[in-house]
Amino acid sequence: MKNNRIPFLYMACLLLVGVLMGAIPASENSGYQVGDTARDFKLKNVDGKMVSMADYKDAKGFIVTFTCNTCPYSVAYEDRLIELHNKYAPKGYPIIAINPNDVKVSPKDSYKHMQVRAKEKNFPFPYVYDETQEITKAYGATRTPHLYVVQKQQDGTFKVAYIGTIDDNSREPEKVQKKYAEAALDELVAGKPVSQPNTKAIGCTIKWREA
Amino acid sequence: MAVYLKHLFLLLSLSLLASLAAQAQNVTTIKFDQLQELRQAPHDTLYVVNFWATWCKPCIKEMPYFEAAHAEYKDQPVRVILVSMDAVQDKEKRVLPFVQKRNLQSRLYLLDEPDGNTWIDRIEPKWSGAIPATMFFNNKRGQYEFIEREISQQELQELITKYKP
Repeated sequence: MKNNRIPFLYMACLLLVGVLMGAIPASENSGYQVGDTARDFKLKNVDGKMVSMADYKDAKGFIVTFTCNTCPYSVAYEDRLIELHNKYAPKGYPIIAINPNDVKVSPKDSYKHMQVRAKEKNFPFPYVYDETQEITKAYGATRTPHLYVVQKQQDGTFKVAYIGTIDDNSREPEKVQKKYAEAALDELVAGKPVSQPNTKAIGCTIKWREA
Repeated sequence: MAVYLKHLFLLLSLSLLASLAAQAQNVTTIKFDQLQELRQAPHDTLYVVNFWATWCKPCIKEMPYFEAAHAEYKDQPVRVILVSMDAVQDKEKRVLPFVQKRNLQSRLYLLDEPDGNTWIDRIEPKWSGAIPATMFFNNKRGQYEFIEREISQQELQELITKYKP
């Protein structure tokens, strides 16, 4: 009986090491994972008003989209974001677009430039500025565009259901075959689990404030 | 007259040689399998693979550092490779003129894989897809490092010094 304890302790140590090792990449890759609770925010929209998820009483969730004025990938997806919003806002999932870029590093991502772009494109969704980059860091967004679909829970919190990209071809909308975000949203709307909750795409790095 | 022609000929051939020497590298279009093959190259060589695009400002900022490293280590087992993420349709109009203008001398690839979701995880699960991103590896020695952000010239120098065989 006593002899059995040594392998047990050994196993426990191995397990501990495994957990610790697992924790290192997790902290490096900080931000939300699918299943986490996403925090709300209060950010200034291009119309001067503050926007929070809590403002939308009837929403079932949101397509929180980190995007900007300057990244060609973001620009390539503007029309598709508008389509996505127009299709899913009536189903309870509107877009809130967040510009995460620091204005010193990327001057054309200023609030003024956001206002100009939102007007030019006539965005049907809020386009808010995360000037302190606090929300961007909390979510763990790294590139633009970067989507987080969150689903409102019974207790009013927001659970991350999808993290990733819009579709499989940024450059040529007419060649798109896989609409990753729409597939996830369709499943959410139908009350099903999201079968592909993580997708990736090449994008522009977020322009972090320089210390 | 003959002497004059001879000189002219010499001058012409010299300028031709000079222009050849300064010619920018070709851009080879590759698919994921070829990128994977490169990633698995078995040689005792340090590969520095930088992912960039003509539209990516921080990539263009750090590009001279990679070019300088290429020039400095070209006679050593260090290979600097720049992999463009531009769309293949933009190769003639955007990528080649960019390469000519900057007279890039590192080895140049353009990865023709529009759907990042099919390949990013297969080359590096830690990579979210943001560029610039850079890989350092020597498979013979089992060395590997991945950086998903802009790199400074000093940092690049230090990493090459640390890993070069």
